[in-house]
Amino acid sequence: MEEYINPLIGGLLIGATATFYLFSTGKVLGISGILAQAIFKKDKMLPIVFLIGLIIGGSFYGNLIPQMTAFPENRNIWLLIASGLLVGYGTRLGSGCTSGHGVCGISRLSPRSIIATIVFISSAMITVYIVKFLPIN
Amino acid sequence: MSLLITLLSGIFFGLGLAYSEMTNPAVVLGFLDITGNWNPSLIFVMGGAITIGLMGYLIRNRMSRPWLALKWAIPTRRDIDAPLIKGSILFGIGWGLSGYCPGPGLTALVNNPYEGIVFIVALIAGSALFQYQSKNTTKLQ
Repeated sequence: MEEYINPLIGGLLIGATATFYLFSTGKVLGISGILAQAIFKKDKMLPIVFLIGLIIGGSFYGNLIPQMTAFPENRNIWLLIASGLLVGYGTRLGSGCTSGHGVCGISRLSPRSIIATIVFISSAMITVYIVKFLPIN
Repeated sequence: MSLLITLLSGIFFGLGLAYSEMTNPAVVLGFLDITGNWNPSLIFVMGGAITIGLMGYLIRNRMSRPWLALKWAIPTRRDIDAPLIKGSILFGIGWGLSGYCPGPGLTALVNNPYEGIVFIVALIAGSALFQYQSKNTTKLQ
């Protein structure tokens, strides 16, 4: 069970941060939404500041302290492009990603977010299964 | 004040992702690969986050308004419509292809710059395509 202590602590920190953000700003913490605001909204200041913080916090730990699993070798550029396009378009059409639907939405028991999370996790699992049989990577 | 709180929220959210190794697409793919060497880490991450989140929403119900804003800006829709399902299917396919969702994709700009830059540029293009389409449909109505 020891290998799941860090994921649990990380998850508690993610939940505490989303709650702190909700209490202070009144808003739901969803990365895809904040990223879209940073690009397309007139008032970009706060979303950009959030994303800079996210990148600092997310890269700091991984670079200073070794992680249990190694990062993958650089993968096929077309796989990454297809992935980015689908994530970018899909999260806008579906109004959220793992943070907005998966964490914040389920936390407030939103039926839309519960369904969205079940759908995107299932679709991702099926994709991983199919990709195993394709000559990419 | 809003600026500082927003910056701190970003930093701690990023630290949470990194501490749980969700910034590493190999760990995420390990969770999504149920027929392989399955890595259930993501369940602990989401379980931990949702436990705190549920308590947060219970406390919020007793708060009259947020600390730094006049009112709450929480989504109120409850209907399950086609865009929600279609969008989530497309997002899931993209997520399953690389193991990156938006947060870990952004942190990859530093952790793994080649992959991060390619993924994020494509993500912005996908988001721009949606923006362009939805502008056009609004004009038609």
